[in-house]
Amino acid sequence: MGIPYYPGCTLSTKAQNYDRSGRAVAATLGFELEELSEWQCCGATFPLMLDDSMALIAPTRVLYQAQQAGERLVTLCAICFNVLRRSQALLQRDPDMLERINWFTEQEYQGVRVVHFLEVLRDDVGWEALAERVTRPLTGLRVAPYYGCLLLRPYEEIGLDDPEAPTILHDLVRALGAEAVDFPFNIECCGSYLTVKEPAVSETLSQEIVASARTCGAQVIVTACPLCQFNLDYPQRETEAGRTGDEIPVLYFTQLMAIALGLPEGDWGLEDHYVSARQLFAEQAVQAASTVK
Amino acid sequence: MNNRALVIGAGIGGMQAALDIANSGYEVILVEKEPAIGGHMAQLSETFPTLDCSQCILTPRMVEVGQHPHIELLTLSEVVAVEGEVGSFRVRILRHPRYVIEERCTACGDCVQVCPVVVPNEFDRGLAARRAIYIPSPQAVPAAYCLDPDACLGLFPLACGKCAQACGRDAIDYDMAPETIEVEVGAIIVATGYELYQDRAVTAYEYMSHPDVMDGLEFERLLSASGPTGGVVVRPSDRRVPKEVVFIQCAGSRNPEHGVPYCSKICCMYTAKHAILYKHRVPDGQVYVFYIDIRAGGKGYEEFVSRAMEKDDTVYIRGRVSKVFPADDKVMVWGVDTLTGRRVEIAADLVVVVAAIVPSVGSRRLAQTLGISVDEFGFYIASDTEMAPVESNVPGIFLAGAALGPQDIPETVAQASGAAAKVLSLFAAAEAEERARAALELEGVMDRVTDQVLASPVEVV
Repeated sequence: MGIPYYPGCTLSTKAQNYDRSGRAVAATLGFELEELSEWQCCGATFPLMLDDSMALIAPTRVLYQAQQAGERLVTLCAICFNVLRRSQALLQRDPDMLERINWFTEQEYQGVRVVHFLEVLRDDVGWEALAERVTRPLTGLRVAPYYGCLLLRPYEEIGLDDPEAPTILHDLVRALGAEAVDFPFNIECCGSYLTVKEPAVSETLSQEIVASARTCGAQVIVTACPLCQFNLDYPQRETEAGRTGDEIPVLYFTQLMAIALGLPEGDWGLEDHYVSARQLFAEQAVQAASTVK
Repeated sequence: MNNRALVIGAGIGGMQAALDIANSGYEVILVEKEPAIGGHMAQLSETFPTLDCSQCILTPRMVEVGQHPHIELLTLSEVVAVEGEVGSFRVRILRHPRYVIEERCTACGDCVQVCPVVVPNEFDRGLAARRAIYIPSPQAVPAAYCLDPDACLGLFPLACGKCAQACGRDAIDYDMAPETIEVEVGAIIVATGYELYQDRAVTAYEYMSHPDVMDGLEFERLLSASGPTGGVVVRPSDRRVPKEVVFIQCAGSRNPEHGVPYCSKICCMYTAKHAILYKHRVPDGQVYVFYIDIRAGGKGYEEFVSRAMEKDDTVYIRGRVSKVFPADDKVMVWGVDTLTGRRVEIAADLVVVVAAIVPSVGSRRLAQTLGISVDEFGFYIASDTEMAPVESNVPGIFLAGAALGPQDIPETVAQASGAAAKVLSLFAAAEAEERARAALELEGVMDRVTDQVLASPVEVV
C-alpha cells in the first residue's frame, strides 16, 4: 500500500539517514512511502499571529499537493508534522482563511489528514504485529525515548499522545525487544532553533537531557525530530580534548527499527552521527546471542 | 407529612444536620457508604485557624451520633431509588454486608491477628496497611470491624475462615448478603462531601508515581498523632525526616486548560496549617509554598497565614511549578518566582501536591436518583445561590457542605445546621397546621354543642 509522503527539506539534506531508514522500514512493513511529485518548504514554523495568512500559504501548498495524491499525508520530521497538522487544523476550523488562501494560491484545497509515521505504526500496523516482524530483537538494549515538544504539543491540535506522559516511543522501543528507559527530561526542550543563534543556551539544555538519560541508565536515545537529534548529538562531538567516554548515541526511531527488522546495514544510516552507535549494536548482538544460548 | 428525615453522608455536615434534627425530637435515618462515620474530618490532624485537634472535637459528636436514640445509623449503605415528594419520599437503601454483626463485635481485634491478607489502608491514604478484616480507625463509629470482600480469601470458597475461628463472640458471618430496605421520610438532606482531584494536572507532578510526592490528606495523616507514624513526619521512601518540604498550591485548581477552573477555597488555609504543624514537629525544617495568590477570607484566616509566613519562616513563592522529577534521593522541583522573575529550583525531600477539591465519587449518580441538579463538575446546585443556598431544586431535598462546592468545616457546619433548620421548619409547619385543623375541628364541635344547647327548650322553673 502506498501512502503520500512529505520528506521536507531537512530529511533531503542533513537528515537523509532518517529519510532512508524510514522509507526502508515502511516498505518492509508494506507501506510504500510515496514522495509527493512536487513539494516545497512547509514553512518550518507554524504562524502564531492570528492574521498571518501569508505564513499559511507555504503549508497550504504542501497540503494541496498531498490532496492531489491521496487522503492522508505521512511525515517523519516532527517539525513538518507540527506545522502541517496545525495548519490543516486551522484551515478546517476557519473557512474564511481557507477561502482567502485558496483565492490567493488559485488552488482548491479542501482537506487532508496529516499523520506522523509513528501513528501509522501504532494505528495501522499495531505494536504486537510489529513485534512479530522483528528478526533481530534488541534484547537487553536500554533505549531512552526522547519526545521533545513539536511531536506532542499543543495537545489540542496535535493530539498524538499524552503531552506530559507520552508512551508512543516507549511502546515502539518495547515492540523491538529493547528496554524503554523512562527519564524525567524526555519532554524537555532541546533548545530548538537557538542552536543557530544562541548555541550556548541550546547546548546547556541538551547536555541536561543527555545527562538525565545517562543517569537513568540509557545506552542510546531515540527521537523523531531531526533538530532534536542534532541538538542532542552535536554537543557530544569529539573536540580537541577528545572524548569523555560518557557519550550516548542519538538515533532516529526508524534507524532502531531498521536494525531490529533485520534490514541491510545500508538502510541503517549509522554513518551520519557525531556519536557512533556501531560499537553499541555490535556488542548488543553478541550479548543477545549469548543470552539465547 | 412524615416527620422523619433522611440524611445522606455522615461526614461532619451530615452528622451536624442529623444531630440538629434528632435533638429537636424527630427521627433521622443517617446513611453512610463507608463502614464508619466522620468523613474526611476524621482523617485530619488539626483544624484551621484554631489548630484544634480534629479527632478531639469530632469524636464526641461521632459517639453522640452513634448512640442517639433518634438517629438510625446505616453504614455501608447507599440510596438507590427515591420516589414521592416532600412529606412522603419513599427511599430504597442498599445495605452492603459488613460480614461482622455490629452488635456482637466488641472491637477486640482478635480477628486481625490471624488475617493473612495485607492491603493498603484507605483511612491512612495508603501510607499504612490493614488486613482484610479491619476497623477503619481506632475511634471508628460504629466501633465494629468489617470485612473487605474484595481482599478476603475465605468469603466464597471457604479457603481461609481464620477470623471466624478466632472470634470468640461468633460475630463474623460470611453468609451475610446485601439487603435492600425501603423507608418513608418527609425530607432529605444531601451532604456527600468531596474528594481530591487525581487527574492529569496533578499526575504531571509525579503524584502517582513517586512515593515522596503526596496529596494534602496523606500529609495530614503523617502529621496526625493517630496516623501511621504516630505524628512523626517521615517520608515514605526511606522513612527519613524530610528537611525541605515543597507545597504546590492550586494543583488542578484554577487551571481551565488541564484541571478545573474554580478555586478550591480551602487549600491556602490548610497549606498554611500544614506549614505550621510541620515546623512544630521539625523545627530545623524548611517549607516552601508555590502559590498563585493567597485567598484567606475568613475570620482569623489572614492572621493565620501571616503566622505561617512570619513565625514559622515559611517561604512563599508566587509562581507555578512546571516540573517535578526524581533526582538521586531528592525530588527536584522546577518553578518560577514571578515576583523576582527568576527560575526556582528546589531539591526537596518531600513534595505535597495541594490538589483541587472535586465532588465525591457517585455524586452525579445520586443526583440522578434524587432528581436534583448538578453543575458540569458534579457539584450539586442550590435552587438559588443567594437566597436559597441550601435548598435543591426539588422541594424537601436540602444540600450541605462540600458537595455544593469547595467548603471548609465552619461553612459546612453552618450549612448543615441551615439545612436542618429548613427540615425542622417543614416538620413544625406541618404540625402547626395539624394543630390548627384540630383546633378548628374542636371549634366546630363547640359551635354545634352551643347551637344544640340554644335550640333545646329551656325549662323555666
